[in-house]
Amino acid sequence: MTALVELRDVSVDYAGHGGSVSAVQNVSLTLGENETFGLVGESGCGKTTLSMALMGLLPSSARVTGQLLFRGQDLLAMSEAERRQQRGDELSMVFQDPATSLDPTFGIGYQVAETVRAHRRVSRGESKARALALLREVGIPAAESRYADPPHRLSGGMRQRVVIAAALANDPSLLLADEPTTALDVTIQAQVLDLLAELQRKHGTTILLIAHDLGVVAQICDRVGVMYAGQLVEVAPVVELFAAPRHPYTRALLEALPSRGRRGRSLRVIGGQVPDLSDPPSGCRFADRCPHRMDVCATVPPLVDSDSRRRIACWLDPATRATAGLPPLPAAPTPDAPIAVGPS
Amino acid sequence: MTEQTRTVIDRDPAPLLEVEGLVKRFPIRRGLFGSGAVHAVEGVDLQIHAGEVLSLVGESGSGKSTLGMCVTGMSTPTAGRIRFAGEDVALASRRGRADFRRRVQPVFQDPRSSLDPRWPIERTIREPLDAYRVGSSVERTARVAELMDLVGLPRHFASRQPRELSGGQQQRVAIAAALALRPELLVADEPVSALDVSVQAQILNLLDELRNRLKLALLFIAHDLSVVEHLSDRVAVMYLGRIVETGPVERIFSAPEHPYTRALIDAIPHADPGRKMSRIRLTGEIPSPVNPPSGCRFHPRCPVAVDRCSTEEPQDTQFDEGHSAACHVAAAGLAQRRSIISTISEGATS
Repeated sequence: MTALVELRDVSVDYAGHGGSVSAVQNVSLTLGENETFGLVGESGCGKTTLSMALMGLLPSSARVTGQLLFRGQDLLAMSEAERRQQRGDELSMVFQDPATSLDPTFGIGYQVAETVRAHRRVSRGESKARALALLREVGIPAAESRYADPPHRLSGGMRQRVVIAAALANDPSLLLADEPTTALDVTIQAQVLDLLAELQRKHGTTILLIAHDLGVVAQICDRVGVMYAGQLVEVAPVVELFAAPRHPYTRALLEALPSRGRRGRSLRVIGGQVPDLSDPPSGCRFADRCPHRMDVCATVPPLVDSDSRRRIACWLDPATRATAGLPPLPAAPTPDAPIAVGPS
Repeated sequence: MTEQTRTVIDRDPAPLLEVEGLVKRFPIRRGLFGSGAVHAVEGVDLQIHAGEVLSLVGESGSGKSTLGMCVTGMSTPTAGRIRFAGEDVALASRRGRADFRRRVQPVFQDPRSSLDPRWPIERTIREPLDAYRVGSSVERTARVAELMDLVGLPRHFASRQPRELSGGQQQRVAIAAALALRPELLVADEPVSALDVSVQAQILNLLDELRNRLKLALLFIAHDLSVVEHLSDRVAVMYLGRIVETGPVERIFSAPEHPYTRALIDAIPHADPGRKMSRIRLTGEIPSPVNPPSGCRFHPRCPVAVDRCSTEEPQDTQFDEGHSAACHVAAAGLAQRRSIISTISEGATS
């Protein structure tokens, strides 16, 4: 896998009124060329902050540390002008609500063409032709006659297609999609997911998909990263993550999902609350809610390779334990039977 | 009540809520369309029994929320009848209507907007008791504590403001307030859509527990079909103001008759990478309810539509006990199956 994006120890803190909020803590992650990577986690876990850091769209109150490499180039070392030139060109994005991503006063075609002209020296005719081709590619029916339609003439699903067309205008290497189908109906969501998957195959774009819906991630992603309270706790190929989640938080999250097999039974509830990130716990941030909590959890577990395909940050995992010179635990813990932990 | 009548009622209980031919139109006087009306709900029949969870599903604009508003009395139907515990709500006296509003309570999607931000939660939960003058002041205080226990809120939260609570806790407060007057039916419109997965699980468990403990009936309006499958006894599928299929939850999810129901179920993204969404996609989008299509309203998007579907509106066909759908193609399939069965049985007898 060739790395397109490499995050090394990225932390983001927001300066607030009485102190700072640690929104993302020491996240290291590599995105390969031509893959669809899903970043999941509940509200406030830092997934959007992390992606905004990648885009350079964080507010001035945010302090980013670590390294954000795009094709080996450090994004944090670039000037704002350089980064602006890169956005919409090599890095582009699709947000949750298409109504707020489009300008209500301009025709949809014009807005796509404008994205082309912002980055390429092309004539109006050429940019229009490109915009029309893009609108057709994303499945806008009668693109020619809808070219001048303002966004309000289109349904939510069609608007999101227009946003996707604009995002693809300059053949980006990385498309960041933050909850792209959350505002859509399930039937329209399925159409948009198909479209993203098809475009990914055709253009080889790397997609970073941010989603809270694990179903959406299961359907179109190759690999998944799970975040909790600003920490990246597990990274795995999608099939393995869903079949055998290893981090206790990933397990709890999957067991909280309603599914056919759980009808008539109670769903798994994660006791306690997400920690206050203005005063986060010093170690593993999930420890307070974790059924397997041990003394060593007061130290942040590093995210390490558990095997050639998976990474995990949990003191239950032999690979994580080895980094601190700890022996593996006697028995592999299972979700239903919390392991007995003696005083250490 | 004598022992005998009780047995009769147990065996054949009358529905708690009965909706018949409900129509709700919103007139449009100006604007692009000239005068006209949004046909939000067009002739809906449904029944809910005590302790039953009926889910209403369908895309945005199908009329499910409008139907919920009519059921809670927050919206007056254009036509049709709503009977609660056998009594016609529209014909009820002032007192009867107040009684109806006590027995049917709404729960909304976003708890932040349904709670008064300046009121301590105790006051929010107590308000319905004060409004209906239930018991003495001491009794009301005791009832608030009881309700907080019931929905799993620690008692020391009583004096907290909504902003001090998480989304899940806020939704518990909204549910406690809705339960204060001991309603028999909750109309919950997307009560878990604004919540994270782990919090959603807590509220779903709570609703399920309340149904079992209080014999509470629930009209559950939701777009998330995994949640619906988990919680419901029966499901009604709405499309452009009509119920196109209704039946027991297992049947609806395993063997739906209406092509629209099939399409909705096929579009569920399962949290299982091995179980991919079906490759068959519903094309297009839900048409405008101002000018709904002729015949079957679903025919322009239907993958199996025949000529008849564009001209003739399909009637409900019963496929099984409590399972019906309004579809020409499905009805023809049923008729064919029946004729084959009768041919076989005739052959067996002769």
